[in-house]
Amino acid sequence: MAETTPLKRRDVLVGAAAGLLVLSLPRRALARPDLEEAVRLFTGGAEIRDGRVRLDIAPLVENGNAVGVTVDVASPMTTEDHVRRIALFNEKNPQADIAVFHLTPRAGRARVSTRIRLATSQQVIAVAEMSDGTYWARAGSVVVTLAACIEEL
Amino acid sequence: MARTLINVPKTARRGDIIEIRAMIAHPMETGHRMGPNGVAIPRRIINRFVCTYGGEAVFSAELFPAMSANPFVSFFIRADESGPVTFSWTEDGGEVQVATADLTVT
Repeated sequence: MAETTPLKRRDVLVGAAAGLLVLSLPRRALARPDLEEAVRLFTGGAEIRDGRVRLDIAPLVENGNAVGVTVDVASPMTTEDHVRRIALFNEKNPQADIAVFHLTPRAGRARVSTRIRLATSQQVIAVAEMSDGTYWARAGSVVVTLAACIEEL
Repeated sequence: MARTLINVPKTARRGDIIEIRAMIAHPMETGHRMGPNGVAIPRRIINRFVCTYGGEAVFSAELFPAMSANPFVSFFIRADESGPVTFSWTEDGGEVQVATADLTVT
């Protein structure tokens, strides 16, 4: 009998700690979903392969407020075989998502250019979803001299 | 709402793949910044962009605060038929800005 009391006490403590962890995790994730979670939301957990995507981004940029990015995906863009979506993610901004582009076979060419904000030197990842349901990705590293929205961090 | 700048070729041959460029003047307030008195500036961004051509949304985008101010997008479409190419940008509050360009296919 004497031994059961400390065990129970420990159980209670472990249970309480686990409860706290469970409570704190989703809240943090909601406020700032990390990169893997954002990518998983986009792919629905499907396997991501390396290749087919070309990500053009300057390796060294002076101003993080407007960084030019071009994503080029190798695809014939026919009704049977085309790029459905292209998503851009970042590693260290307050929010991992940058943009999701929806393409159709009428695009003719799977190439999108835009300008993004980068809060600090980090990786940018482009993920493409093909019409056959496969996902392809490519990452690029960028060094940022003047960060965008320093107040953000 | 805001000034827009779109670049669509006036004419194209049937089957040509043409580049479209679209930009809108907008601050893209991220919602992460603090105002002068320590109050967070509310988020106000363009969250959706759609390009309609030939009665179909040929290109669309969901945008997040990591897009630059005055968001710019360039993409391609295949010129199949003459007609208007319509662009629409939707702001956080639901306000929509529309711009149209005419494309003649020969």
